[in-house]
Amino acid sequence: MALAKLENILIIGAGQAASQAANSLRQLGFQGRIRIFGNEGQPPYQRPPLSKAYMLGQMPAERLFFKAEEQWEKDNIDLKIDEEIISIDAVNKSIKSKTGNQYEYDKLIIATGSKVRHLPAQGAQLSGVHYLKTIKDSDDLGAELDNAKNLVIIGAGYIGLEVAACAQKKGLNVTIIEAAPRILARVASPELSQFYENVHESAGVKILTQSGVAKINGAQKVESVTLGDGTNIDADVVLIGIGIIPNDEIAKSAGIICNNGIDVDENAKTSNPDIYACGDCANRMVDLYGQRMRLESVHNAIEQAKLAAANIMGQNAPKLDVPWFWSDQYDLKLQIAGLAIGATKTIIRGDMAARKFALFHIDDENRILAIDAINSPPEFLVGKNLIAARAKIAPHILQDTNISVKELANHAQN
Amino acid sequence: MAKITFIQHNGKSQDIEATNGGTVMEAATKHNVPGIDADCGGACACATCHVYVDDAWLSKLNPMGSMEESMLDFADNVQPNSRLSCQIVVTEDLDGLVVTVPESQF
Ligand SMILES: Cc1cc2nc3c(=O)[nH]c(=O)nc-3n(C[C@H](O)[C@H](O)[C@H](O)COP(=O)(O)OP(=O)(O)OC[C@H]3O[C@@H](n4cnc5c(N)ncnc54)[C@H](O)[C@@H]3O)c2cc1C
Ligand code: FES
Repeated sequence: MALAKLENILIIGAGQAASQAANSLRQLGFQGRIRIFGNEGQPPYQRPPLSKAYMLGQMPAERLFFKAEEQWEKDNIDLKIDEEIISIDAVNKSIKSKTGNQYEYDKLIIATGSKVRHLPAQGAQLSGVHYLKTIKDSDDLGAELDNAKNLVIIGAGYIGLEVAACAQKKGLNVTIIEAAPRILARVASPELSQFYENVHESAGVKILTQSGVAKINGAQKVESVTLGDGTNIDADVVLIGIGIIPNDEIAKSAGIICNNGIDVDENAKTSNPDIYACGDCANRMVDLYGQRMRLESVHNAIEQAKLAAANIMGQNAPKLDVPWFWSDQYDLKLQIAGLAIGATKTIIRGDMAARKFALFHIDDENRILAIDAINSPPEFLVGKNLIAARAKIAPHILQDTNISVKELANHAQN
Repeated sequence: MAKITFIQHNGKSQDIEATNGGTVMEAATKHNVPGIDADCGGACACATCHVYVDDAWLSKLNPMGSMEESMLDFADNVQPNSRLSCQIVVTEDLDGLVVTVPESQF
């Protein structure tokens, strides 16, 4: 069978997934033209430090960028960092930019990521009210934190909690407002939520759960936040972190099937055989849990980009890893492997009070589905393999720290 | 600046000028050294930046933190001269450093 022409690969978006896809294509020997289109005016960079070390001023900006600009050139990857793409013509296989340019492709990779969800409250447009997604967002927020006294964070997800930890270190009064009954409600087990609630409260952060925001007040600059029950909280800076929305509009308009993100198959291919999607914008099947979902993580962006590159190059798909994630707050490193979907029990291994422990989330048959490791890399690394192997281990073994992590696998049931 | 040599398992080597204050991992990824994926971007969370450090240089590196130590306890193909390259800070003193990328990272 003759191979279809493969000379021009275009990548929309210039973030984590785009960068990986381009690099993987070159590593797999693609010799044709690769062009990356971004709209932030920045070469590809990593976002995790934006709410961690970078925000604390412990990491200079140049360390955020994956590669030096000369290296992109050397690798013959064309970076167009100010060329927003507004439409895809899937029939004629071309894309169009805001500036009116048109580019043709043999294969197209959509890696447009996600945008922050906006809070539909009065006053959310005031100066001093922030969202956090980009370097610029982090710079703007960080600069204001240096001169502020009271920070209110709306939404207790990982980004909100990480910024709370940074602001606490900078000496601000921090209040977190969360609509759900517990922090991290969407992404963590009740035990982990409780742990982090204690950590933040003992550091001096105020947490108000089951609280809605009625409005944000101020003349030009924010002055306070009014809760649903009428309580007023002083604020000279506000951070809103209430989730993200996949950037799938241009895919949808091109007739590509989208359901909460761009639907992709096990090779990161969309409903159009010449178009791939990866990262935050894609909705993928996760076999281990038998479900389609959108994962918002570096691991997912990298893995899907590798899948797309391998498929384009006609190579076997790389081995999949268990979904994983990390978060740094205060002196705590959280590493999460797997997803607790279908878990019925949580087993604690280690000492929560000593802030060094792991939570094993297991189902009725003792199958390990997910692990939250706090300052416990061994449990995380070994746990990833146990989850991938669908290992079943009895609770009394899991919690017995006299049994070393390495030996756990020897106790797996059939 | 410090010159760092990365040796691949097949013997191929690559010399890179690394910036002081950055890490050995960053020098590698910024110049596409194969086998150093650095999935977590240097957060000491993934162990995909594992290298073997030439013995003559081991004592000149900044010491391991406890996170790095326990990550390395459980990474693949660990040797006594293993380090996570994202935790090695580049200084003038490391000019000439030689590290090898484990075969298992390809
Ligand atoms: C503050 C913060 C902290 C985080 N911390 C962690 C963490 O600790 N661990 C973890 O695993 N994950 C973390 N994440 C999530 C992780 O960064 C994302 O999941 C990852 O960046 C997704 O990669 P992506 O390539 O899909 O999207 P992105 O990296 O967001 O890149 C998409 C790019 O495409 C651009 N774009 C969109 N539409 C267009 C268009 N039409 N034309 C041109 N360009 C376009 C966007 O502006 C953006 O630059 C964090 C995210 C944030 C914001
Ligand atoms: S880059 Fe992830 S541990 Fe070094």
